[in-house]
Amino acid sequence: MQYLLTLYSDEAGWDKMTPEQQKQGYAAYMSYTEALKSAGAYVGSNRLRPTATATTLRTADGKTQVLDGPYADSKEQLGGYFLIDVPDLDAAISWAGRCPGVQHGIVEVRAIWSM
Amino acid sequence: MHEQAHNTLETVVRNSRAKLVAFLAAGSGDLAAAEDALSEAFASALSNWPQDGCPQNPEAWLLTVARRKLIDAVRRQREIPSSEELEELEGVMEADAENGFPDQRLALLFACAHPAIDRVVRAPLMLQAVLGLDATQIANAFLVSPAAMAQRLVRAKIKIRDARIPFRVPDRCELPERLDAVLNAIYACYAEGWADAAGADPVRMELATEAIFMGRLLVELIPEEPEAWGLLALMLFAEARRPARRDSRGEFVPLMQQDCGLWDRQMIAEAEAALSRASGAGMIGRFQLEAAIQSAHTDGLQRGGVDWSAVARLYDALVQLTGSPVAEINRAMALAELVGPQAGLYALEWVRTDKRVNGYQPYWAVRASLLARAGKNEQARQAYEIAIGLESDPAVRRYLQQLCGELPE
Repeated sequence: MQYLLTLYSDEAGWDKMTPEQQKQGYAAYMSYTEALKSAGAYVGSNRLRPTATATTLRTADGKTQVLDGPYADSKEQLGGYFLIDVPDLDAAISWAGRCPGVQHGIVEVRAIWSM
Repeated sequence: MHEQAHNTLETVVRNSRAKLVAFLAAGSGDLAAAEDALSEAFASALSNWPQDGCPQNPEAWLLTVARRKLIDAVRRQREIPSSEELEELEGVMEADAENGFPDQRLALLFACAHPAIDRVVRAPLMLQAVLGLDATQIANAFLVSPAAMAQRLVRAKIKIRDARIPFRVPDRCELPERLDAVLNAIYACYAEGWADAAGADPVRMELATEAIFMGRLLVELIPEEPEAWGLLALMLFAEARRPARRDSRGEFVPLMQQDCGLWDRQMIAEAEAALSRASGAGMIGRFQLEAAIQSAHTDGLQRGGVDWSAVARLYDALVQLTGSPVAEINRAMALAELVGPQAGLYALEWVRTDKRVNGYQPYWAVRASLLARAGKNEQARQAYEIAIGLESDPAVRRYLQQLCGELPE
């Protein structure tokens, strides 16, 4: 069963880190990805550009509106995701708990609707 | 014949329901579908058994029918069921009921009390899955509207199925935390039943009995866990005193003034046995401590004097372990008995730093009684007024009003 782990954190936090801390943070994500791959649980992952690049679309009065900015304006922003394939929610929670994202933000676990 | 079939079915429902639901749910990962399939099987039994006679092995008969219904339901439900998926399901469910099928009841309890399930719905889920209570009965017991309870239960079951919450017993490393959730859910059922002291509401009365039923089931499934025994002991001690909690006119009787002759001796003996079984493991825990406190009271009152120093020590340990303000309030009571009202009041001052106690009736009632004993009648009166205002049980309210009225001017 596939699960999407979405990573939320304060995106301003990255810029406040020293180059050394950034290097370490990057390395943590690299080794997490490697661990997922060697366990055969990895399906895909990506880091998102900051919400300053976000564009939101919605329909109002039958017309599609295109707006600058992210959908949800909150303290933490969606910054990336991992798509994993594991047997059940316990396994997904266990992987989510090891994700570096938990150290500096929030990780949401959602089951994928298999079509 | 008709009646016999009825009775057999009732017995099977009572004794085997949990085992059947657990097996069907664990095999399919779908608790709601498992319950539906089993209900249909019960309905078939109800119409077939009086005519054809009771089957040799009623449990096996029900499992066979329910399994078929479940597989049909899954086939209907998935719009494009992959044949692989169905074969897998049929394979998993291919248990030979004649020779017994694996007992998944423990896995079912852990699924119902899974950390990914909303805390407030864990106990209701267990009551429904294990005992087959319907949403309305559970709603009445927990004092919420039937519609709200039904919605919570449905939502939780959808999550179990769609997020694939596993039906399994957690590994040793995560067991203590996960077991806590199961114990707390069972205790929550008991506490709901206990709140109805007079036993006036049959549904709530039943809830206490059902919680004890689940407590017994748990120690049968994991006899090596001392906290499971501790919880069972705690519930039995409390239940044993039920007949003495109200007098013949329905008035509240505080523990210290209860007629020990009304207590259920057999239940107390069972509680003592469970507690000593727990302490044999040498691993202290919250429920064992609370049961030990009950034991000290029960034993002391029967023999004419409570060992308050032992009770205070037990509350010390409980406060250290849980940091609970409720335990601190009770500890202050024990200290007052041991040293005097002033010591109790001093201990209560510490509790007051926790803002939550401001809305907690027992805090004000204890405070009032200690102030009264210290001769501070005006302050005692004020504390009683607050306690009375916070109490919802009319019998307890009348008792507090009486105490307040007895204060010297």
